[in-house]
Amino acid sequence: MVKSWKNMLSQLEMRGNLNMEFRSHLMVCAGTGCVSNGAFNVKKLLEEEIKKRGLEKEILVVATGCQGFCAQGPIVVVQPDDIFYQLISPEDIPFLVEEHFLKGRPVKKMMYTPPGEKTQIPRMSEIGFFNKQRLIALRNKGLIDAEQIDDYIGREGYNALIKVLQTMSPDDIVSEIKKSGLRGRGGGGFPTGLKWEICKNSKGDPKYIICNADEGDPGAYMDRSIIESDPHSVIEGMLIGALAIGAHEGVVYIRTEYPLAIKRLESAIEQAREYGLLGKDILGKGFDFDLRIKQGAGAFVCGEETALMASIEGKRGMPNKRPPFPAESGLWGKPTNINNVETWANIPWIILNGAERFASIGTEKSKGTKVFSLVGKINNTGLVEVPMGITLKEIIFDIGGGVPNGKKFKAVQMGGPSGGCIPAELGDTIIDYDSVNATGAIMGSGGMVVMDETTCMVDVAKYFLNFTQAESCGKCTFCRIGTKRMLEILQRICDGKGEEGDIEKLQELAAQIKDSSLCGLGQTAPNPVLTTIKYFRHEYEAHIKDKKCPAKSCKSLVTYDINDKCIGCGACARVCPTKAITGEKKQKHIIDQAKCIKCGACYDTCKFNSIDKN
Amino acid sequence: MPKLSIADLEEIRNKVKKSTILREGSSVAKITVHMGTCGIAAGARTIMDTVIRIIEESKRNDIIVTTSGCAGFCSKEPMVTVEIKGEAPVKYSSLNESKIKKIFEEHVLNGKIVEEYALAIGNEREP
Repeated sequence: MVKSWKNMLSQLEMRGNLNMEFRSHLMVCAGTGCVSNGAFNVKKLLEEEIKKRGLEKEILVVATGCQGFCAQGPIVVVQPDDIFYQLISPEDIPFLVEEHFLKGRPVKKMMYTPPGEKTQIPRMSEIGFFNKQRLIALRNKGLIDAEQIDDYIGREGYNALIKVLQTMSPDDIVSEIKKSGLRGRGGGGFPTGLKWEICKNSKGDPKYIICNADEGDPGAYMDRSIIESDPHSVIEGMLIGALAIGAHEGVVYIRTEYPLAIKRLESAIEQAREYGLLGKDILGKGFDFDLRIKQGAGAFVCGEETALMASIEGKRGMPNKRPPFPAESGLWGKPTNINNVETWANIPWIILNGAERFASIGTEKSKGTKVFSLVGKINNTGLVEVPMGITLKEIIFDIGGGVPNGKKFKAVQMGGPSGGCIPAELGDTIIDYDSVNATGAIMGSGGMVVMDETTCMVDVAKYFLNFTQAESCGKCTFCRIGTKRMLEILQRICDGKGEEGDIEKLQELAAQIKDSSLCGLGQTAPNPVLTTIKYFRHEYEAHIKDKKCPAKSCKSLVTYDINDKCIGCGACARVCPTKAITGEKKQKHIIDQAKCIKCGACYDTCKFNSIDKN
Repeated sequence: MPKLSIADLEEIRNKVKKSTILREGSSVAKITVHMGTCGIAAGARTIMDTVIRIIEESKRNDIIVTTSGCAGFCSKEPMVTVEIKGEAPVKYSSLNESKIKKIFEEHVLNGKIVEEYALAIGNEREP
């Protein structure tokens, strides 16, 4: 039996977060990063300690989605005071509760101190990492409990749906999205409004809409975080898209490797159904739409839309040739519109705030914001949303806090394995689909892997190619075999067995693979190799001609020697796993190069800088 | 028959707005109860409980209460600071239940400073 909404409201009141008495909310970050650092335990201990102090009716502990500052997890933000606590350990909690929540004295030692500085910053809004961001897709991050639909509703959630149901025709919606200039956030950058229009106008019934949550780039977790922190923004976006193109059924294709995201999405869909925001006659406006989740097995190629649809249909995940495009003949041969998670999450904001406001952010051809996951050799590892038009340097230094340990920033890989390496000299490149493409990299879905001077560019190219090579579905010969041959050449170069002409061979193979592959995977797989050759050709040459790795990273090309600073303490000899180091006590030791396996243990152990890495 | 009408959804939204405002820091008025050891000893706890209760009774969802440490004037505790958006904060001292009720009625709800209980207007200067 359908529960009456009044009944539901009274249930909600009992649930506690509608209880008006709380003076303070503790927003505990419960994104995947913080959870793996023990966030759920922190939440439990906070609740216990608060109860012990008799504050449980005044202070509410809320589990939110990812706050973005993953490097500093576990994180708790105290509202309304806006105090940001980081790197919280279970032992800190009794003190924190007593000092801050009982006595009202914020605890300095648990606050954030920027790298290289001495003073803590108490307020979240004053921390550079946060206050340089501009939030649209992540507008609710850290502010709502992803498993409570009311939290979303309280932040204007489902208001955009009401607006389109009451005042907009499908044509109005399409034209609004077209006017906003929103482009696909999955990486391709195809104009979203145009995609919707084509699907809306194609003949066929039923029509489907799909959310592509098969995020697969190594080091990328934008979509995962959006679903974990704000699943309803995606559901609302899909409802609006469905209304525009005339679909009544939707699928979210998400990889099974994202258990927390799946759990939160499932609970969001269930709550939306309970409220009648999914199902028949939504909000009494005669519109029917429902949504289901399809879990993918985590094959990278299934992020390609035709392979994704094949996988939903129960077939092997392999791409098909286009045309016909999914908008004409997609899932089960019917018109289908596929957008990525971040694209969907932008839709309600655009409808509510207007296309003009969205279009006022960004550059001429790239509007709005983009979410990036910052990883690699960077201080502030985490998730950031920035306006288009910001420069790479601003993201890496102003928000990301620069490269740790005083090392030099060398390059950044954008767009994952399909993207490319942008060198430090091009740090003034702006974030904009066309500017990034011009460097040879791609915007991609938003992975940003930062590298410092100790990263070998040949090794990086090898890493990414190794990934695409393993993920190639094998349908196209060039992608299947060509990438394998390229990988062998790169391996040879890193092993110090590179030959004259290897660079040219790589370039030739790359061109052929790009030309003769059916889908994006093969067409872009050589990009990391091509961009590293373009910007770091000298590193390839040093490997091939001089048998040297300039970054001192490729094991086969590095030798360890002991210099005259050695005092003969013997620490290195003790850690050497192959007993390659010998010498008398208090005498200079020597390394037997034939026995040395170049593990670097001696180099890390020596306190006297007496081991040289060459 | 739909499960939820648009008006129902709006009603839910209004109910949860209080949490939202608290988290966004977009309140109209903020009452800070000074809860250092001195404040607690002088009865700041009762003041805090009263403030929470009268906000609740006022049905206003844009007024928040928070705590801070000792304000430095221990002999005048319990103290609160009232901040109305866009105006200088006002410190009230030597409070009791009836005084805080009056401050809430006149200053927080109606914007009129209760001069007889006020200690100072404005904050100490930053160093």
